[in-house]
Amino acid sequence: MTGWEKFAFSFLNPRVAAEYAPKIIEGLGLTILLAACIIATGLVAGLVLATIRALGIRPLNWLIIFTVDVFRALPPLVIIVLIYFGLPNAGIDFSGFGATWLALSLVLMAFAEEIYWAGICAVPAGQWEASRALGLRFLPTLFRIVLPQAIRIAIPPLVNRTIAITKGTALGSVVAVAEILGAAQSAMAFSGNPTPLTLGAIAYIILFLPVVFAGRWIETKFAWKR
Amino acid sequence: MEDFIETFLNLDIARQASPILIQGLIQTLLLAAMTVPLGLGAGIILAVLSTRKNPWLRYPLMAFVDFFRAIPPLVLLIFLYAGLPFAGVDLGAWGAVALGFLLNTGAYYAEILRAGIESVPRGQPEAARALGLRPWQVWVFIVLPQAVRNVLPDLISNTLEVVKLTSIASVVALPELLFQARQAQSVTYNATPIMVAALAYFILLWPCVRLLSRLENKQIAGKR
Repeated sequence: MTGWEKFAFSFLNPRVAAEYAPKIIEGLGLTILLAACIIATGLVAGLVLATIRALGIRPLNWLIIFTVDVFRALPPLVIIVLIYFGLPNAGIDFSGFGATWLALSLVLMAFAEEIYWAGICAVPAGQWEASRALGLRFLPTLFRIVLPQAIRIAIPPLVNRTIAITKGTALGSVVAVAEILGAAQSAMAFSGNPTPLTLGAIAYIILFLPVVFAGRWIETKFAWKR
Repeated sequence: MEDFIETFLNLDIARQASPILIQGLIQTLLLAAMTVPLGLGAGIILAVLSTRKNPWLRYPLMAFVDFFRAIPPLVLLIFLYAGLPFAGVDLGAWGAVALGFLLNTGAYYAEILRAGIESVPRGQPEAARALGLRPWQVWVFIVLPQAVRNVLPDLISNTLEVVKLTSIASVVALPELLFQARQAQSVTYNATPIMVAALAYFILLWPCVRLLSRLENKQIAGKR
């Protein structure tokens, strides 16, 4: 065999590809499901924390800031490992899916809270004052005047951060979640051929390349005027 | 509560595990000290080249950067570590980690720096050229310093992400902090080593996180 044939046999083997493509597609479905779960819980939890922080209750704010700092400082894989391998020692069992979902939701929550909060701070004080002067109470001012503007400011960094954290779903393979990478690795072990890994890489590219482009587009579209 | 302390904050086990955790921490710091300068260097080169007018240079470089930004670093790492040996290329754990992290972090730094370079007004390099500076002097003394200043929070944030990224080297059995903690945990049947490792990451990175949230708030407030 020539070098190229050898390479093609290993990485672009049509027989292996045909046999394991369904597994990779299942993995793709699981990745999308996991990502959707993480985005839903993470973004909502982040918004809830930012809203509570806007109430300005000192001790509560310190607690929020500390929690956010913890989940910004810890590597996501460490959190996943702690939940999946650590908590069972205390009698709390998580599935691999559950552990990955919880861990990455906490991480996204932390980053999202920071971004929403920066957005809330960026709304000019005059907006608060005018709204209060017009007779709106604190909470209506927050929900109907400030948050809509804050979220608009927050969208570009939020999209980029969400993409980055969603790519972390590949970490689920470490705790036996059969998402794309997990499915590709077990298929590679079964077939003794790395073609499934190539398929997995292609699946990720198909999934994330449009998202990377969309992120760049949103960044220019929502860019602040200097 | 006692059970919780017994399993997660057990001082005896922490003491037993501390020698290998310290070894792991040293490997983690070495990995970071290797990856950050390499990635930053690659990022500067990619960013400077991708501002060239030549479409044969610009578009392949953008595709390269987007490719490595789209692919999760763990996938890249597994490909290099477990896939390449089938083609007769065995990089080993350190080689695979070094190459994988270089490609991944280089792409991210390049994207950030490209945005920074584009934010420097045209007149700056033009004026510098008119004053007789050579092209490399224009880059080193005029454009790059302003570009870096404009995207400093993003650069620090990415550096933080790179240090956190080193934890995935544990998957290919490189004995860094998380790997050693997992080893210690499986020997002692106790989660304390992982808690200690998490604490070490937190102590290491907390100052960076604090600095970053200040810079970010300032940046967003300044832009309005």
